Formats: sequence, C-alpha cells, structure tokens
Amino acid sequence: MPSTVKMTVNGKSVSGQVEGRTLLVQFLRETLSLTGTHVGCDTSQCGACVVHVDGRSVKSCTMLAVQAEGAAVATIEGLAPAGGDLHPMQAAFREHHGLQCGFCTPGMVMSAVDLAKRNKSPSEQEVREWLEGNICRCTGYHNIVKAVMAGARAMATGKGGDDD
Amino acid sequence: MTDTGIGAPVRRREDYRFLTGKGTYTDDINRPHQTHAYILRSPHAHAEIKGIKTDKAKKAPGVVAIFTGADMAADGVGGLPCGWLVHSKDGSPMVEPPHPPLVPDRVRHVGDQVAVVIAESLDQAREAAESIEVDYKPLPAIINTAQAAKSGSPQVWDQAKSNTCYDWHIGDKAATDAAFAGAAHVTKLDLINNRLVANAIEPRAAIGDYDTGTGHYTLYTTSQNPHVIRLLMGAFVLKLPEHKLRVVAPDVGGGFGSKIYHYAEEAIVTWASKKIGRPIKWTADRSEAFMSDAQGRDHVTHCELAMDKDGKFLGLRASTTANLGAYLSTFSTCVPTYLHGTLLAGVYTTPAIYCEVRAVFTNTVPVDAYRGAGRPEATYLLERIVDKAADEMKIDPAELRRKNFIPKDAFPYQTPVALQYDTGNYQATLDQALKMSDYAGFKARREEAKKRGMLRGIGIASYIEACGIAPSNVAGALGARAGLYEAAQVRVHPTGSISVFTGSHSHGQGHETSFAQVVSDRLGVPIENIDIVHGDTAKVLFGMGTYGSRSIAVGGTAIMKALDKVIAKGKKIAAHMLEAAEADIEFKDGKFQVAGTDKSKAFGEVAFAAYVPHHYPLDKVEPGMDETAFYDPLNFTFPSGTYVCEVEIDPDTGITRIVNFVAADDFGKIINPMIVEGQVHGGLVQGIGQALLESCIYDDKSGQLLTGSYTDYCMPRADDVPSFKVETSKEATPCTHNPLGVKGCGEAGAIGAPPAVINAIVDALSERGVTHIEMPATPERVWRAIHGTVARAAE
Ligand code: FES
Ligand code: FES
Repeated sequence: MPSTVKMTVNGKSVSGQVEGRTLLVQFLRETLSLTGTHVGCDTSQCGACVVHVDGRSVKSCTMLAVQAEGAAVATIEGLAPAGGDLHPMQAAFREHHGLQCGFCTPGMVMSAVDLAKRNKSPSEQEVREWLEGNICRCTGYHNIVKAVMAGARAMATGKGGDDD
Repeated sequence: MTDTGIGAPVRRREDYRFLTGKGTYTDDINRPHQTHAYILRSPHAHAEIKGIKTDKAKKAPGVVAIFTGADMAADGVGGLPCGWLVHSKDGSPMVEPPHPPLVPDRVRHVGDQVAVVIAESLDQAREAAESIEVDYKPLPAIINTAQAAKSGSPQVWDQAKSNTCYDWHIGDKAATDAAFAGAAHVTKLDLINNRLVANAIEPRAAIGDYDTGTGHYTLYTTSQNPHVIRLLMGAFVLKLPEHKLRVVAPDVGGGFGSKIYHYAEEAIVTWASKKIGRPIKWTADRSEAFMSDAQGRDHVTHCELAMDKDGKFLGLRASTTANLGAYLSTFSTCVPTYLHGTLLAGVYTTPAIYCEVRAVFTNTVPVDAYRGAGRPEATYLLERIVDKAADEMKIDPAELRRKNFIPKDAFPYQTPVALQYDTGNYQATLDQALKMSDYAGFKARREEAKKRGMLRGIGIASYIEACGIAPSNVAGALGARAGLYEAAQVRVHPTGSISVFTGSHSHGQGHETSFAQVVSDRLGVPIENIDIVHGDTAKVLFGMGTYGSRSIAVGGTAIMKALDKVIAKGKKIAAHMLEAAEADIEFKDGKFQVAGTDKSKAFGEVAFAAYVPHHYPLDKVEPGMDETAFYDPLNFTFPSGTYVCEVEIDPDTGITRIVNFVAADDFGKIINPMIVEGQVHGGLVQGIGQALLESCIYDDKSGQLLTGSYTDYCMPRADDVPSFKVETSKEATPCTHNPLGVKGCGEAGAIGAPPAVINAIVDALSERGVTHIEMPATPERVWRAIHGTVARAAE
C-alpha cells in the first residue's frame, strides 16, 4: 500500500508517495531525482549511498523511506550551494585527487564529513578505519585518506560549512 | 611548462560535477515513458532448457512484454561476436561457439540470460519473473581450469572436444629445448593466477530507446568504448546500420576492462525497445554483476627457467591452461595469448622462450581482460620464477635481475616472442626503488621484527607491459578483427574556444583534464577555453575506446595530429593576414608570427578570420577551422618499472601486513603527474587485492558462485592497504614513436604488485621452508604454510 512520507531534504520539506518497501535511496533518486546518491551493491557493503539523516551518516540503502519520516536528510547535492564554492571536504577531495570515476565519491564525502564533525584531526589510521564501509575501486584510497585528513582540518579551522 | 600545460599537476576539471552529485551515470538517465527490464537468469551452471512458460507471468501486474531467446532468434538477432581469432598450433581456427543474447536451449553458467521481463516498474518486472516456469534438465558441470581438458570431464560445447577452444603456442621450441639441455640449473614452478571480478563500483546499466518517429535507436550504456559497441551490436547482433544507431556512454563509474565488451543486455534492451515502442532501462544489481560481468585472470601454469652456473637466463618455458568461461567474450581470446605469451621476455635478455596456452571452456562466467589483461599473468609467472631461481642459486634477487636486464644501450630490443621494445632503462627504476625502500637496511629491520615475534619479508618485481594498443597491421596479422587506431577532432570555434572530440572514453582516467593540457600546451590557449568531448557516437566521429593503457599514447597522439592540421591551416590564414610567405610563419606561444619580426596574429584572431573570412585567402583555403585525424600507432609502448613490497607476518594468526610499498615507474613523458600517481595507486590496490584478498570461487561440483556479493568476495578496503611511495623514473625513457613521448600508466600497478607482494611473503616465510604460496595469500593459507609441510600438502 503506498503511503505518503514527509521529510526535509537539504533543508527543503518534501513529500512523496512510497511503498512500504521503498528504500530511502530509491526515494531520493527516483522520487526526488537526487541522483548524486549512488547504489553500488545490494548487501549494504559499498557505501556509495551514504547520506546524512539527522546529522549522522547512514547507508541510504539500509533504511526504508518511511523510516525517514520527519527526519532531516542531507545529500551530496546539499553540501555546497548549487554552482557555488565547494564545501571544504569536497575541495579537499579535488585538491588531493581523492576521486577518479566519481561513483563512490558522494558516499565517501558524506562519510568523511561525518567523521570530521566527530574528530577534528583524524589520523591516517582513524580515517582508514572510518572508511571501512566505503569501497572505492579506483583510487587505492591513498589520496582519499589524504583528502579526508586535509578536509577535516579545513572544516575545523572554521571554513567548514554546516550541511545539515 | 605553463601551469596548465604538459607536466603540470592540474586539478581535474571533471571533479566539480562528481563532487557535487551532478555526474550523469547511465542509471541517472530516465527517458519519457520509460519501462524497466529484469533479466531472468539461470540458477544452474549447466542445464538443458526443456521449455519456458511465460503465460502466467505475462498477465502479472504492470508487465508490458516478456521475450525469450526464441523471440530474438525469430527476429534474426545474431550472437555476440568475439573480436579476435586465435589459431591453434596445428593451424586450425579456435572453436567459436554461438553466443545468443538470450539463451534458447541450454544454459552454460549460473547467471546465463534466459528471458527478459519488461514492466512499468522494476519491482513489477522482478515479481513477474518469479512466475516464469523454466523446465531445466540439469547437466553435470565443469568448473576447474586444470581439469577441463581432461578426458571424462563434462563438455560445455559439443563442438569443443576436451573443452578446448584453442591450443596455441609462441616461440622457438627447439631452441628453448636446446637451452635447457645446456643449463647448469633449472628452476621449476607451478602457479595459479586466481580468478578475479573487476567490480567497478558502478554496476552495468543500459537504456534502449527506439524512436518510432525517425526509426533511430539510442543506447545509453556503461561502456569504455561506445563506438565499438555500436559496431559490434549494429553489424553483428541487431544488424542495424551505424547512421540509425547512436550509442552514448555518459559518465561511467569505473571499468577496469569489464566495460569494454559488448554485453547481451545492451542488445536486449535496444532490440526490445523497438518491439514495445518505448524506452527500456536495465540496471544490474551487484549480485547480477558478479554473475554477468566478464571476469579476469584464471590461469594455471607450469613454468621453468634455465640458467648457466652464474645465473644468466638461458631459456624459459611456460605451459598455461587459461579458463575462458562458458562463452567467448569480446576480447577474451587474445588475453592469454598475444597479451600474455608475448610478454614473457619481461625485462630480461632470455634468448630462448617457448610458451604454450590451452584455452578451455568451463561452466563459469566468461573471462576477459581485467586491468592488465594477460600482462599481469605473464609478469606474475616471470617475477615469481626469477625470485625462486634467486633463492635456489643463492643470489640476491635484485642482483639476479640486474644481471639479466636488457642493458639500457641495447634498444631497440627484439625479444624472442615477437615484441620489439623501443626504449627502456630497467636498472634505473630498480636502483630507484631499492633506494626508496631502503633495501640495504632490510636485514636490520628483519632482525628487529624477529624480536617482536614477527616474520618480515621483502619482495621485488620488475615489470614491463605492452601498452598503447595497438598497430592495426600487427594486430590484424595476429587475428584481431578490428583496427586499433584512435580518432580525434579539434573544432576551433569562431571566438577561439575549442571543442576536442576524442574516441578515448574517460571513466576515471581524467582525460577531460590531461587531454586539455595537451591542447593548451600546443596551442597556447587557456585550459578554460578547451572542452574535451567523449562518449557519444553522435558527437564523436569514431573511436576504438579506452583499454590497454592506450588513451594518451594513441588517443592523445590522434589529438596531436589534428592539432598539427589546425596549426598548418592557421599558418596559411596568418600568412595572408600578415602579408608574408606561409613558409615564414611560425607558431609559438599561441601566436602566428613572421619569423624574425614582431609581426604576429594571436591564435584567436586567426580563428576568427577563419569564420569571418572578409580578408581571407579563399582561393587557397576553405573557411572554418575544424580538423580531424586518425592515428594508428607504429608500435606498442613499453612502460616498465620496479616495485618493492615489505611485509610483516604474524606467525600465530597468518595475518600479513604490508609495512612498506614503493613504486618506481618509467612511463616516459608525463602529462599530469597527479593523475599518473593516482592511476598507480589504484592499480597497486587492485594488485594487492589479488595477492592478499580477492578470489572468485565457484563450487567445483554444482558450479554455484560462492563469492557472489561483497560479503563473500573480499574487496580491498581502506584499512586493508597502506599508503604508498610512488615515483616516476628519474631517468625516464620517452617513447620514441609518438610525438608526446608517452607510454601509458593505467595498468602498471595491477601488473607489478601481485608478484612483489607474494615475493615478500615467500621471503618472510622462507625460513620456515616455504618456497611458494598461492594467491590470495589469506591468513589461513599463510598460517597453513607456516605450520608445516603436512598442512601444506593437504591444501
Ligand atoms: S548501495 Fe548502499 S552500501 Fe552499497
Ligand atoms: S573513484 Fe571510482 S570507485 Fe572511487
């Protein structure tokens, strides 16, 4: 039975018809056309789908759309103003070549922003462990790790935008 | 060097859209009135299809149509073609079985396509598929590579006796036998190159969109080479002329080879879109990707190296069985042969080499090129046996390599296995890597580790690869059914901005940046004024695509050739504008200048004149500035280098930790060092993944895929791998036969890393009597190897 779900996405209130089984990622991609959030697996392993729900990073393929009722959801599209300057974490990924094909990137960046909020200056090891749930097949992680460390520092020094 | 020219670490221009979620991957595209396809796949590794009943499913909610192999056959749809014809030793052509997009009569691997359900939503299509009744009669399956050709094994194809596709060889057998007869020492090694799954994080997807008004077909697909798909699908499968078929490969989320090939789903959605008169979207989920994307490697090899008493290599023999899976994927047949056997000289002067390869069919997903393709298999074999020989001869592995390197003054160097290396300096990268890794200090580190109860080992691999694929005449003589040139078009717009159209698709490699650097450098035009266009057969004139580290060497050179034509035309126009002789015009720093004077016209002024030809040599040259070039390479390019890996193993758990990894690569000239390093990092982790973590495993009896998801197939994660020290050679040897001097860098890491890691592990375990360990060297395997010969024998 379809039902109506309401939430805030990137600061705007949205609503839509969903099935009970509709995943949050499907709602974002198909109903809201926010295709920046990607799907890379069907076992909740890859992290391409990471978004923020009420300020915490969540794999949006592991959550039903109805479970996000009333929540504040942030996706990669909301991190920087459309067409405007990049968020410091995004800028760090660009500066340190932390992306190649770009497919894992939205999930990586959203995960990294959550880490940076909890830990202002994560060590290499802390970054590697935090990103354990985000698979990248292109970069070998080397530059992602550098980017996340630099992005976290940039966020801590006040240049960090508030995405949620 | 300008800050956006050749050699500058320009930040990537494609990143903004990817970082802001504005990339457009195939699954992000939706067409008006679109339907969704679900492919019903075989649950059996091998079975006869006695019947398919779709009546009930057709009545399910939302279903638009259901098609089977019989429907496609009735429409005259052909099979997916193989692009490379290999001949056996006896001159007979390979066995080439049919490969229909939907299988009508007999399934040959788990995941084989049986029917397509098209519905208003994907959920409806998937649900309807559950009520399709397929009457399967299961047949015995053959999975194991080494067993496939043995008598009594189940037969995948009736026409392929002993499951053999071909039995190929290369090299001089008699000379090699003679070399072995005179050898002081022969080292022997049996090894397996484990089967891998490419696992680009974007799953494959395809949208077929037939325009009932114009009769044009459009296919959006996750491809590394849209023109190749148009050619193969148009000419062989659906029999559609090129002008009626557009193939778009938009942003593609990684490929690593697996998105080169023409896949059944592309043909199915394109064909069925006309049948139903609506667009059809298909997107693989990861489980489907595991059972339908072409897989990689899967070789079983015996090799032998003959040496004189000082360790000088006299001869090499290799005998390989290569698993091709159930069908011949597009380039599958050239991988174990022309991309593998020809690489067995490596970086060494071995005078006599003989290699034989038997390619076998099995009831597994087709195997084709995966990052490196044949060259990792060759390099693994060679660099493992060289290390084993060093151990047996009691010579330091670095020394043994140095002793046998092709000297830097011996180029061009003709190997005994067909290739001619244009240039190289293997000593330089070895020395550099040894220094970077403090090879000399290793003994002390090993002693220190020992005090902590850890086993420490160091491993070297010196690789070479043949890239920049490939001279068409050579490839053609060896069986390629296509040319392997590249095409480019440089369109200068009236106000001087530039669109460059290239057949080299970019799916992570950063062409939109590095190709623009080449153009900016050559024309002196700011990089912001240059756009690189790729991935759409309606925009780009032609192209053979991206694989075999060929983009900059072949695609980049095609762009250079087109730029030459633009400059030549510009000189004619400028000569007229400046009232000088054409021969006196030189082009430098973005200006056409009369030599020896200060009279000049800026590039933009000349471009404008070409489009507003009021004062223009119309009798000598046409208006406009839009030039195309096709470039067919004169030779392969030969990147090379040395990797050193250092590991620590906990003997109690068998866990291997990479404590240091250095890479010194000779890629010739570098366009963008930041991108090059990134390519190496990515390749290294895929290579380390093969060595330590990844393996695609089927149940030997049932043929069920046991590693069918990320839960079972162990992908390298951030905390599995180290950071790297990556440098390019301080004595780099530019390629001698392309104008950029470039060699390509995309596959190197995946080629050099596996033997470096395994050599390090074997070195660490050597004190426990271990002389070889198979990949992936999982903690269990390592633990068993440590804990005695009994466990080893039982493996
Ligand atoms: S798509 Fe959500 S974890 Fe892979
Ligand atoms: S950049 Fe391609 S998967 Fe991470």
